[in-house]
Amino acid sequence: MTRLIYDGSFEGLLTAIFQVYEERLQDVAIIPVSSLQPDFFSEDLRVYTDANKADRVWQGLKPFSLLRQMIYKAYLREAAGAEKSILEAVRYVLKTKNEKDYGHPAILQLANWTKEVGREKHRTEAFVRFKRAKDDTYIAVIEPDFNVLPLIAKHFKNRYADQVFVIYDLKRDYGIFYDLHKTEFISLDAARLSNLNTIIHEEERGYDAMWQDYFKSTGIKSRVNKKLHLRHVPKRYWKYLNEKNPD
Amino acid sequence: MNFERLREKLNILADAAKYDVSCSSSGSKRTNTNKGLGDSSGMGICHSYTEDGRCISLLKILLTNHCIFDCAYCVSRKSNDIKRAGFKIQEVVDLTINFYRRNYIEGLFLSSGIFSSPDYTMERLIAVAKKLRLEENFNGYIHLKSIPGCSDELMQEAGLYADRLSINIEIPTVSGLKLLAPEKDHKDFIRPMETVKNSISIYQAEKKLFGKTPVYAPAGQSTQMIVGATGESDKDIMYSAVHYYSTYKMKRVYYSGYVPVLEDNRLPALGTEVPMLRENRLYQTDWLLRFYGFDVRELLNKDHPNLDVDIDPKLSWALRNLQHFPVDVNKADKHMLARIPGLGMKSVYKIINARRYRKLNWEHLKTIGIAMNRAKYFMVCDSKDWERRDLEPQRIKSMILQSSQSKYQKMYNQQLQLF
Repeated sequence: MTRLIYDGSFEGLLTAIFQVYEERLQDVAIIPVSSLQPDFFSEDLRVYTDANKADRVWQGLKPFSLLRQMIYKAYLREAAGAEKSILEAVRYVLKTKNEKDYGHPAILQLANWTKEVGREKHRTEAFVRFKRAKDDTYIAVIEPDFNVLPLIAKHFKNRYADQVFVIYDLKRDYGIFYDLHKTEFISLDAARLSNLNTIIHEEERGYDAMWQDYFKSTGIKSRVNKKLHLRHVPKRYWKYLNEKNPD
Repeated sequence: MNFERLREKLNILADAAKYDVSCSSSGSKRTNTNKGLGDSSGMGICHSYTEDGRCISLLKILLTNHCIFDCAYCVSRKSNDIKRAGFKIQEVVDLTINFYRRNYIEGLFLSSGIFSSPDYTMERLIAVAKKLRLEENFNGYIHLKSIPGCSDELMQEAGLYADRLSINIEIPTVSGLKLLAPEKDHKDFIRPMETVKNSISIYQAEKKLFGKTPVYAPAGQSTQMIVGATGESDKDIMYSAVHYYSTYKMKRVYYSGYVPVLEDNRLPALGTEVPMLRENRLYQTDWLLRFYGFDVRELLNKDHPNLDVDIDPKLSWALRNLQHFPVDVNKADKHMLARIPGLGMKSVYKIINARRYRKLNWEHLKTIGIAMNRAKYFMVCDSKDWERRDLEPQRIKSMILQSSQSKYQKMYNQQLQLF
């Protein structure tokens, strides 16, 4: 078996797919360098990420916009073995043109991952809570299950066109920053991260309290249904939801 | 900002507004074009959920809970001895903007008790919306309540700033309204609905003609009915819901199980359980009418004036009409697939997509995620293995009930409880 080792980037993955077709590899596995384990029985090849090759693959898949969506989201899902399903799906769709055939296991798998990532994206759009800093920047910290930051940037940029904001993914240690003109990806060092709480404006405590009050008074006691509540707001999200953390 | 005073007001006025069910923030097409704040062009977002499991999408408050009316079902009625408060217009605007900037909400849902006159109250509501749109450049969602009895001119103005307008009919029958809200006239509720409907169709016609014209209530209008306050049947409720959907082009009719808040001999006593299961069945019926191609007369009629409590309305219909079943999932059209109990529209589309490539058998149906518990008695597929026994409706029902669980089971379990 041949193993293609790529750098973990999306372009790297596409380059690897290019290489599979270019070298007509049959028995092949694509593996990110981060989860590489020694295997004596396989031949390892290094993939050199190449924007040109990646783009050719992407253009080649243009007639299958649904598949392109699924590949990107499956990549962001960060699941072990995602590369295997992606490659199988690409091969199947290029051969049969049936990108909607959910009877095929790889396509069904991609579709399920896509759904999971979509759900997480929507939840993140809902559960981001900004705090205003003294310099009028709005700051939010998140730890989503999957890497959804690239997917939500546009939503927040459209919505808060007139406010400077940062949304930072602590789990993956990068964030998006909007400066009233464009969004860009940033990375903060540990010192600045631990500083975040000290630069928050003091009126935030007032808004925290009001939002907590509102949350409490808008519930109807005689209809309490904790199970349903938990299904909508699973506990893993509570950490950054101010209404669930009254002091 | 004086947070203490504002907090107190917010507590009182959010508490009084919570019985309004509507919290949708979708259906509007207002984009952020002016580099302003907010965008309500996408799907609705629920930013949190209360402990009763309802979504929090909008900041739902009353402008004031002072009211000149004395409707028996309402917490804010004149004769009720409660704390009263009122927001200033600027306070509502600031609160909305600040909550929105922190991504707590999708927008504002503003209602009000009626003080001095309907027109005066409506003017104040419009003033809030106008200020948000024109001074604050706010493109988020605004849902305004229409005040019963206010003038047509004000309704026409309200639609220019609001995304959705609604007026709660509350009591589905005219006689019930007479009993519980003797000072209110049924016509006062109908008039604003009529105005909104007409203004929306004028807007749509003008848009076709001129291309560009001021938007009017892009997310349409909705209404709400209280369930279980006056002893009306499910048929009464759903027939009037259908009337509002067809006559006034409602986007939604909401059903709200009556929560006993006051001691009044015209109403269920305090401590009576909220009819949540009944409410749920009404919503299921509402969905069957709007998305599944059912006619209300098939589900509720002279012989069946009330919905079954223990099974859902579609299953109940299917058991009464077994002559249409079993349905072949590989051949049936969309409308018939949608009538199989246990299949939702998503499952219907999954089946239609999957059967393009191969004939489906039970294994396939299971992999694409079709729920079989109810459906298996009503369909056949590419397999010799299907329910051949000619089962009586009662028998199918009891088999389905035995294999399912519901948190409401204690409400309809007919077996005598010893302890």
